[in-house]
Amino acid sequence: MTRTARRSGRPMQVAALGVTALLGLSACSSSDGSSSAASGSSASTSTSTSDKLSGTVTVFAAASLKESFTTLGKAFEKAHPGTEVTFSFGGSDSLAASITGGAPADVFASASPKTMAIVTDAGDASGTPATFVRNQLEIATLPGNPHQVSSLKDLTKSGLKVVLCDKTVPCGAAAQKALDAAELKLTPVSYEQDVKAALTKVELKEADAAVVYKTDVHAAGDKVEGVEFPESADAVNDYPIVRLKEAKNAVAAEAFIALVRSAEGQKVLTEAGFLQP
Amino acid sequence: MTSPTGRSDIAADTVRGGPRRRRVRAQVRGVPLPLLVPALIGMAFLIVPLIALLVRAPWRSLPDLLTSAEVWQALRLSLVCATAATAVSLVVGVPLAWLLARVEFPGRGLVRALVTLPLVLPPVVGGVALLMALGRNGVVGKSLDSWFGITLPFTTAGVVVAEAFVAMPFLVISVEGTLRAADPRFEEAAATLGASRFTAFRRVTLPLIAPGVAAGAVLAWARALGEFGATITFAGNFPGRTQTMPLAVYLALQSDPEAAIALSLVLLAVSVAVLAGLRDRWMTAR
Repeated sequence: MTRTARRSGRPMQVAALGVTALLGLSACSSSDGSSSAASGSSASTSTSTSDKLSGTVTVFAAASLKESFTTLGKAFEKAHPGTEVTFSFGGSDSLAASITGGAPADVFASASPKTMAIVTDAGDASGTPATFVRNQLEIATLPGNPHQVSSLKDLTKSGLKVVLCDKTVPCGAAAQKALDAAELKLTPVSYEQDVKAALTKVELKEADAAVVYKTDVHAAGDKVEGVEFPESADAVNDYPIVRLKEAKNAVAAEAFIALVRSAEGQKVLTEAGFLQP
Repeated sequence: MTSPTGRSDIAADTVRGGPRRRRVRAQVRGVPLPLLVPALIGMAFLIVPLIALLVRAPWRSLPDLLTSAEVWQALRLSLVCATAATAVSLVVGVPLAWLLARVEFPGRGLVRALVTLPLVLPPVVGGVALLMALGRNGVVGKSLDSWFGITLPFTTAGVVVAEAFVAMPFLVISVEGTLRAADPRFEEAAATLGASRFTAFRRVTLPLIAPGVAAGAVLAWARALGEFGATITFAGNFPGRTQTMPLAVYLALQSDPEAAIALSLVLLAVSVAVLAGLRDRWMTAR
């Protein structure tokens, strides 16, 4: 009896060691684990007032929001000392997929209601998503516009290397909508996985033009030149934002959403080229 | 405390589960537990995700998913590009391996380290590096474009380049290892009989190291088939031209997870088949 007891005791110890090692590994990917759990309890006990916020807010946001949300994140941290806003920027669809797959996020800001629906349909959102900005497409060309692109139709000229977003991501869906509205058929050289990847190909001068958001052209500064086109009015994207049900830091998450929707937040977003909803 | 017990239960099940359980148990008795348990955890960690793919596979809709035109397009492109990348690797990689194994030159160690760097380099970094070198605006690519009108990004040739960059080191390492193991005296004997160094390489060395070359080629082919990061960075994504299976899997996951699982199964099956073939190859080679 004693022998079996000893035998079964040992593998447990070793297994515990192994599991600890695995946990240690996984902790690398979500460093906010313990801090946000601790802050979650303190946040729920604190009564409303925003100056008592603490801990980490994890925001999953569409790649096109990168610049403006980074600015807003810094403003939030400044207004609430002790808080930290961490972002994961990417294609809205892959972000939605990771959220429904159980990724630890507090807030999700998507570039289209369609991708937001993936999260709300899965029952992962808390409440109804609110549209906080809208975004319009623009053509990004090389500086100085050497190929004299002045309309969406110009992109169909042969010999011009154009990249679009893949149809599975919102900027690709919007581009397709604009092309359909203009009754144009465009064969790009590549369907990129998100709007930033498409823009990068133009910034690196590997492509001559890309159909991206106005805000991305704005953010790229003088590395690209923007060309507006009327059909973009038919493909305006609404950006919804929502707190997630599994949010570890619900109070701070709500506060961040409030900041995004506030006059101050809207000012930052408008300056980045977004339209008011 | 629940998870360690759970782990050891899984581990114990794995041991008992097999059909040859008595024999396995008898052999396991001699293995120290502090080694056995972590080993089994490690084994489960590597194998369970693959089993999960099989468990979650949409078996009912699988035939429809796998017979769609896009899947065949991506699979065909993957096979063609991986084969072309392997061919490129053979043409330049075998001579490179020979140089590294047989010719003494200053800085040989450094060169060897550099040519095997893509083995450990994140593929995306490889893609960025290729873009800087061979892109339309790249260090070498600029001249390629203006002199010959050749641009590699967004072309099938670009996919082959990206895959060869990532896969060739596998071939070079494998062939160089075989060359070092092969007795150079056969080549010397051929030389004393009047063969030139190249003839000796072609007629004596190459047949001698053929199994190693084959093993390296299969490894390189398998690596090229699975290439994702460098391909999407350097060659972009266009169905039928640059969209290989791994890219199709990544993009399918964003809109149709079931299709992504189905595509993953195909790649898994091909990889298993290649590894099974490789095993035999290595058995006979050693």
